[in-house]
Amino acid sequence: MSRFLTFPRGGVHPGDMKDLSKDSPIKTLETPAELIISMSQHLGAPAVCQKAKGDRVRKGELIATAASFISANIHSPVSGTITDIRPVTLANSVCCDAVFIKPEPAEDDPTFDTKGYASLSGEELLGIIKDQGLVGLGGATFPVNVKLTVPIGKPVDFLVLNGVECEPYLTADYRLMLEHPRAILDGAMIISKIVNPGSIIIGIEANKMDCVAVLEDEIRKAGYPIKVAPLKMKYPQGDEKQLLKAVTGREIPSGKLPIDIGSIVCNVGTVNAIQQAVAFGKPLFERVVTVTGNCVRNPGNFLAPIGTKIRDLIEAAGGLVEEPDKLISGGPMMGFSFWDLDTPITKGTSGILALKYKGRQQRQTHCLHCGKCVAACPIGLEPTMMYNLITSGDYAGAMAHDLMDCKECGSCSFSCPAQLPLVQTFRLGKKMGRAKK
Amino acid sequence: MIKVSSSPHVHSRQNTQSIMLFVILALCPSAIWGVFVFGLRALVVLAISIASSVAAEYALNLISKEKTLWDLTAVLTGLLIGMNMSPAVPLGIPVLASVFAIAVVKWTFGGVGCNWMNPALGGRVFVFFSFSSAMSRFVLPSALGNADAVSSATTLSFAKTALSSGEFIGQNSLQILQTQLYPVSRFAESLSNSTGINAYTIDAFFGLQGGCIGEVSALLLILGGLFLIATKVITWHIPVVYAASYALLNWVFGGLPYGTGLFSGLVIDPLLRGGFLLGAIFMATDYVTTPVTRKGQVIFACGCGLFTFILRSFGSLAEGVSLAIIIMNIVTPTIDRYVRPKKFGYVKPVKGGAK
Ligand code: SF4
Ligand code: SF4
Repeated sequence: MSRFLTFPRGGVHPGDMKDLSKDSPIKTLETPAELIISMSQHLGAPAVCQKAKGDRVRKGELIATAASFISANIHSPVSGTITDIRPVTLANSVCCDAVFIKPEPAEDDPTFDTKGYASLSGEELLGIIKDQGLVGLGGATFPVNVKLTVPIGKPVDFLVLNGVECEPYLTADYRLMLEHPRAILDGAMIISKIVNPGSIIIGIEANKMDCVAVLEDEIRKAGYPIKVAPLKMKYPQGDEKQLLKAVTGREIPSGKLPIDIGSIVCNVGTVNAIQQAVAFGKPLFERVVTVTGNCVRNPGNFLAPIGTKIRDLIEAAGGLVEEPDKLISGGPMMGFSFWDLDTPITKGTSGILALKYKGRQQRQTHCLHCGKCVAACPIGLEPTMMYNLITSGDYAGAMAHDLMDCKECGSCSFSCPAQLPLVQTFRLGKKMGRAKK
Repeated sequence: MIKVSSSPHVHSRQNTQSIMLFVILALCPSAIWGVFVFGLRALVVLAISIASSVAAEYALNLISKEKTLWDLTAVLTGLLIGMNMSPAVPLGIPVLASVFAIAVVKWTFGGVGCNWMNPALGGRVFVFFSFSSAMSRFVLPSALGNADAVSSATTLSFAKTALSSGEFIGQNSLQILQTQLYPVSRFAESLSNSTGINAYTIDAFFGLQGGCIGEVSALLLILGGLFLIATKVITWHIPVVYAASYALLNWVFGGLPYGTGLFSGLVIDPLLRGGFLLGAIFMATDYVTTPVTRKGQVIFACGCGLFTFILRSFGSLAEGVSLAIIIMNIVTPTIDRYVRPKKFGYVKPVKGGAK
C-alpha cells in the first residue's frame, strides 16, 4: 500500500474515543411514539410545509418542498397523522417550524424495491436526487443536487468520497463503510455518471484500516475505477479543504468551493443515501446516528428516522448511567451542546454524545503567547492575535487578520493551554464584524 | 447540571499549570546536580530565590486581586533565577533579582502573558549589572578540588581573562585552559585518554565546571530539554536552531579573537559552557517572549545565536546568552508583526486583474 497521506499545515490529535461504539452494528430504531420534523433540515432556506394539522401522511410522502435554490424537500419517515405544527428549537439553537407526526404504521406502507437505473441520464439522476431531498450528511447539510450541478466549463478532475470521520467518538460512517460497502461504491458510480470525474478516490483515516480492506475488496469484485487513499490520522481532515489537500494536493482559495479546484467532495453517508434514492426510490428520511459518550450505558449506532427525539435514541442505547455534564449533537470538536432531551434529530445529526468530564476543570489564564494555536490552525490564521483584537473591540482589525476564513474547527481552542474560549470569541467577532460592515 | 457552551467540547491535556509544572520538573535534575556538586549553599540560594519570587507574586496578587499563584509561573521564575546564580552569591542578590523579575518585569505589564522580557532573565541581568563583581565570583565543584575556591572563574571568563593578557595568541580556549592548568577531573582525564575527546569538554558535558548552580551539567540540561520536547511543551525549533547557528558562527569566526584565523573555532565545546544550554532550552523557549509562528521562532533563534556569538567573542563580558535572548525578546513583537503564517489556499493577487 502506498504511504499514508495527510494535509501539511496545522491540525491536532484528539483521542479518537471510537472504541466505545465502533463494534456495535447499525441497529434499526423501533419507530418512536412521536416524530418532530423541523422544516430546517439543511443549509439554506427552510422548506415550505405542504400539510396541515390533522392531515394523514404516508411513509415517504413529500411533506415540505424546497423553498428556493439552496433548500431541500422533506419527506415523512412514517405513515401517520400530523398532530401539530409549531416552532421548536434545534440542537444548534436554530428555531423554526416543525411538523409533529404520530406514527400509525399501515399494511400498505411502501417498501422501496429495486429499480433499474442504468439507462437514466445524468440529468434524470440529478432530478431524482433533488426530489428525494438529499443533503450532505457529513454535517454541513448542503443540498446535494446543488453541489452536483457543475457549472459549465469547469472540469471535475476528482470526485473524493469522504470517509474520514475525523471527529472523535463518531462511528456512523465507519459502520456504513463496513456494512454497506457495495451501496457506497454504487452510489459513487451514480455520482460519477452525473459529474464525469477524472478519478474517484475514497479518503479514509488510518484508524479505519478494516474499512480500507473491505472497500478495496469490493472494488476489485465490482471492477470499478475507484481508489482508496488511506490517510494519517489528524483532525480536521474530514473538512473539505484539508481532505482535498491531503488527497489531491490542491488548496481551495479563500471563499472558493471545491469545484473551483476541479473537485467534488461527498461524505460516504451521503453517497449511500444517493444510492438508496436512485436504486430504491427511497427519499432521505432516515440516517445512521452514533449514540455514545461515557454517560451512555450501551453506546451504539442506530438507523433512526429524521425527527426522532434524542431521548428515544438514548433510551435505545440503554439510557444514561449518570447525569452528563454536556449533551452534544454532532462530534465533540464542532458539535452543538444542548440541554433538552426532547430535541429532534435532523438530516445533519451524525451523533449524540453524553459526556461527563473527569478530573478538575481547568481555570482560564491570560494568553501565554505560546503559539500553539497558530501551529494548530489548519488555515494558517493567528488565533491569538484575532482573540486579542476582538476582546479589545477591534473587529475590523480581526477581519484584517482573516477572521472570516476561520471555519470554527476548534483546533486552536483544543490546544490552548490558557483555556481561552477562542472559537466562541471568533463567532462573536464575526457577528460583530458583519454587523459593523 | 447540563452545561451548554461553545464547541469544542474536548480539550488537550495541556494547561498553563501543567506546562509550568513540566518545565519545573525538567529543570530539577540539573538543579539537584548543582546542589550535589556545589553543596548545601546552592540549595539555600535556590530556596531563597523561589521563596522571594513566590512572596513577591503573592504580594502583587493582594494588590491586583488576581489569583495567580496556582499557575506555578512564580515558582518557575524563582527556580530559574536561583539556577542562574553562583552558589557563592550573597543571599540578598537572588532576593532582589526575584522581586525585580516579578514586580517590575512581569507585573508592571499586567502579569503572565503581558511581559515583553523573560522575567528570570530580566532579574538576572538587573542584578548582574548592579553587582557585577559579586555576580562574577564562582566556586569550583568539589570534585575538582577547592584550591582558592571562591575566586575561581568559570571556564569562559577564565579563558577570556587569559586571552586579554595577549600571551596566548594562536591557542584556542581549551588549550589556554590547559596551559593555565585549569583543574580537570580525574575521570575526564582518563576518559579523554581513551577517547581522544578533550578532558575539559568532557567535564563540561557531565557537569564538572565552575558556573551558576543550574548551568553546569550539559547532559542533564539536554535531558530536560528532550523531556520537554517529548511531552510537547516546547518544540525543537528554538533550541536546535539557536545551537546550530551559534555553533556555525563559532566554527567560522570563533578563531578570530584567538588569532587562529577563519574556520578554526570550536564547534561543540562552547555550547556546553556558561549559561548556553540553560538559556537555549529553558529561557529562549519561554512562550511569552518569543514569536508565535514557527518561522518567527527560527528567526528569533538565529538572532539569539548571532548575538550570543558577538557578545561572547567580542564583548567585554564572558557571558552573552542572557543579553542575547533579551535583545531578541525586544525584537519579538516586530517579528510577530511581519512574519505571518502562510495562509491556506493563498493565491498571489493577479496584477491589474479584478479580484
Ligand atoms: S477555529 Fe478557526 S482559528 Fe481556530 S484553528 Fe480552526 S480555523 Fe483556525
Ligand atoms: S494557544 Fe492560547 S495561550 Fe497559546 S498563544 Fe494561542 S491563545 Fe495564547
